[in-house]
Order: sequence, then structure tokens, then C-alpha cells
Amino acid sequence: MVRDLTIGQYYPGHSLLHKTDPRVKIVLTLVFIFIIFFCQNFFSLGLMVAALFAGVALSRVPLKMLLKSMKAITFIILITALLNLAYTTSGNVLFSFKFFKITDEGVYTAVFVAVRILALIAGSALLTYTTTPTMLTDAIERLLKPLKLFHVPVHTLAMMMTLALRFIPTLIEEIDKIMNAQKARGADLESGGLMQRAKALVPILIPLFVSSFRRAYELAFAMECRCYTGGEGRTRMKQMKLKGLDSILIIGCALLLGGVIALNLLFKAYNLG
Amino acid sequence: MPIIRLENVTHNYGDKTPLCVSAIKNINVAIEQGELVGIIGHTGSGKSTLVQHLNGLLAPTEGKVWIDGEDIWKNKKNIKNIRFKVGLCFQYPEYQLFEETVYQDIAFGPKNMKLSEEEIKQRVLEAADFVGLDRALLAKSPFDLSGGEKRRAAIAGVMAMKPKILVLDEPTAGLDPQGRDSILEMILHYKKVTGATVLLVTHSMEDVARVATRVLVMNRAQVVMYDTVKNVFAHSEELENMGLAVPQITRICRELNRRGLALEEGIYTVGDACAALLPLLKKGVG
Repeated sequence: MVRDLTIGQYYPGHSLLHKTDPRVKIVLTLVFIFIIFFCQNFFSLGLMVAALFAGVALSRVPLKMLLKSMKAITFIILITALLNLAYTTSGNVLFSFKFFKITDEGVYTAVFVAVRILALIAGSALLTYTTTPTMLTDAIERLLKPLKLFHVPVHTLAMMMTLALRFIPTLIEEIDKIMNAQKARGADLESGGLMQRAKALVPILIPLFVSSFRRAYELAFAMECRCYTGGEGRTRMKQMKLKGLDSILIIGCALLLGGVIALNLLFKAYNLG
Repeated sequence: MPIIRLENVTHNYGDKTPLCVSAIKNINVAIEQGELVGIIGHTGSGKSTLVQHLNGLLAPTEGKVWIDGEDIWKNKKNIKNIRFKVGLCFQYPEYQLFEETVYQDIAFGPKNMKLSEEEIKQRVLEAADFVGLDRALLAKSPFDLSGGEKRRAAIAGVMAMKPKILVLDEPTAGLDPQGRDSILEMILHYKKVTGATVLLVTHSMEDVARVATRVLVMNRAQVVMYDTVKNVFAHSEELENMGLAVPQITRICRELNRRGLALEEGIYTVGDACAALLPLLKKGVG
């Protein structure tokens, strides 16, 4: 059923990470990704994984949820690991078959890359698990504000994003209704070949487009009635202010960066990157 | 043999999850051929869920649905034929129009029935006549019609399948009084010509009083009453407790009665009221 589809993956809660300023979370997630790419050996990467687990513990998002978000990319990780395994030719040979050989360095690289991707995904998933889509777009708008100097319509873009997110559940409901109405007239959506199935979508898509345009017009009118004129001079109900909690997280991240650099230098011998 | 029989039908949304809600619970009802049943109930009482079981859009979590003496879920492949037998017209059906012309849109159902081109044409013209749609409109795009015309075209799309059972979910919602009257008239006309059984989900007690032969009252996922119009509206207090009411004119007559006018019980339409009040007026009482 269409109804069961969940868009976005916000996990409601009141943990410390939920309460953190979304702007800080976005920036720190980017920093986190940057640091992960900066890791050069298993010690520094291990530190980041440990930090990640600490973050998960702070967010109180069940580990199971996080694993679910990784399911979709298992395939990509496997492929990348295998490619690394196959294409690394330096190091001691562990196993060889004709022109194909596996070296110890290949194994290291494969595992290293896999862990790195997993950490990347888990880190960004943590952001979307603890921040509602509205808060995210709000924060993005605030972060991109400097672009206004270059005449980028930041507010408009952010408003478009917010509205798009807001209407996803509405449209899903609408699709459900239209599908039922056409099924009631004997529309067959479940059987037939590819062409037939594509054709069967027409009676659903056209009414959906028509009603989306109708909704867009209605919404525009409603916004104008409430004197919406764009971003100029608009104030906010929820002011974002940096709090002590946010600075602690920022300091924590800075320490992580320092730790990774130190570990990179200390264990240069194990450098595999 | 009743044409529709529901046996212990329960439907849960989100079954086997913590969010499980019973939209309808343990429904038992038998509707005879040729009735015009008004289905009333507070918003969220389960009316829409109930009607979606009649043509197999929803499968009951528990219980059985019998249409025309046949358990509709016995053979799942057959469900499409049930949909042609039970025509279901949703709320605001004009939002399902999609074809290039009104003619093609009305023909969508009959085409899915795999009828011959000739039969389809005959059905479309017949359906257009049922809903009083001018034949000149059939060549137009459905998106160029007025609101009322769109509604009628959409209802024609269901009627063109000539269902033995016609189920309409609030067909008069959002229409002006004249539009409402004409929709009710055409439903009565369809029933008279085809002998179909009609189920009408509505919030208007006036509509129920005017056209229904029986009333099915739903409250909190259950059928609490299924009886003649007269018997159901006699329970005005219970109806009010469920967030429903008796027709306005009935309330007026009861109030007049309380103030000393000797009006009998059971006045549900303006016509009834006229018939009862005029003689009194002529006699010069009150």
C-alpha cells in the first residue's frame, strides 16, 4: 500500500541531539564527513567510529533503525569492497588465480573503504533521524543566507523545499484515493507487461497532476491572503540561538579533528591510504 | 436472499502493529435487493471503510462479504467482476476524470469490462441520459465542464457499468441546492429504470428522509441501527448523542407539538409537514 511509505526518516524524540541547533548539526555533519575522509589509518577511523557510536547513544535512536537505513546501500558497499580487493595489486599475495590475485593490502583497503562508507551513511542518517524536514530546510535557509549577496533567492528556494516536503503526505493520500476510484471502475494496475502497466498509470497521473496544480493555486491564494510577499522583512516565530549544548558539540568535533590528525601522524607506519 | 450480506466483518488499519485501529468492528448486516439505503454516521465512524468492502477495494481482516450470494474473497481473481457488479462512486468523483473527452471518460469502465464497441457506445449514451448530461458535452474535454457537470460526468462513468448495486459516497457534497436535487433525482431515476440496489452515504438527514427506504446508522466502527426511515428517526435522542440529528423539519414539528399544536409524530420531509399543517391552518388553530 502507498500508505505505508514513509518519507523522510525523522525519529521523534527529546534527546540531546534532537535539541541541538539544526544549523550546528548540518555543519557538524559536513565536518564529520570531512574528517572521515581525512582518516588515513584504522586508528583514526576507529576513533571516528567510536565517536559515531557516542552520537547514536546521545540521539537515543535505536541501532536497529540506523541499520535499516544502511540496508539500501549494502550492494554499493559490497561492490566497492570487491573492486578494491581486485584492483589492489601491491603487498603480499594471499591468494592468486591466473591473473587474479588478492593481497593483504587489498584486504585492508577493502575493509577500510567499507567502514568509511558505512560511517558516512550512518553519520548523515543520524542528522535526518534527529531533525525534522522543516527544521532542516529552515537551517539550510539560514546557512545559505550569505548567498543573498550574489542574488541567489535563498528564501524562495527554502520555501519551495518546505512546501514540497509538506505536500508529500497529502499527495500520497491523493494517489491512494485516485487509485481506488479508478480501480472501482475496473482499472487493472497489477497485471500485464511493462507497456500495459505504464499505460495503466495514465488514469492516475493525469488526475494527480490536475489536482496538484489546483492545490498549488489554492495555496498561493491562501498565502497571499495572509500577506505573504516573499522573504523580505519576514520575521520568525522560532528563533534559532546557539546554546551551551551546541558549543559543547562543536568543541567535541574540534577535539575529534585534532585526535584524527594526531593518530594519522602517530601511526604513519600503518598508512594504507 | 439478501443481495449484500456482511458477516462479522472487521477491518483493522495497521493490523499487527502497535498502531492498529479498527475502522469497522464485527459488522453484521443484510441488505435486500432493491432497497435505497441511506448510510449515516459521524465523520470517522467507518462509513467509507464499510463501503470499500462491498466491491473488494478493501479485504476484511476478519469476516466475510457476500454479494449476490457469493463470497467475494473466495476467488481472488474474480474481484474485478465484483467491481463491475458493485459500482462505487467516491466522494468528489470529479477528481478522477482523466480522458480527453467526456465520452471516453465515461467509457473507461465499460472498456475495462471488455464490452464491444457498440455496447460501449450504447452504455455511454444511456449513462449520459441518466445523469442528464447534454450529448453535445460528450465531445468536450472533461476539464472544460462546470463543477456540477463534472460531477455528473463522473457519476455517469460509474453508472455506465450498469452495476446491480450502486454505492455513492456523498454524491451531493459541495453542490448548490439545485445541483443536490438533480443528483438525487437522477439516482432515483437510475434505480427505477435498472432496479438496482442503491447505497447512499450522506450527512444530510433531509436527503435520507427524501429518498431512502432504509437507514443504516454507524457509530464508532459499528452498525448501531439498520431500519426503516421512520423507525430510525424515532430515536432522535440517540442520534443526537452520536453527533447526528433528525431532519430540521422534524425538529420544528416536534417543537410545534410541544407548544401545543396537535401534530403527529413521523414528519420527516417538508411535504409531510405541509400535509399536516395545512388542514390545521384552514381550521384556524394556533
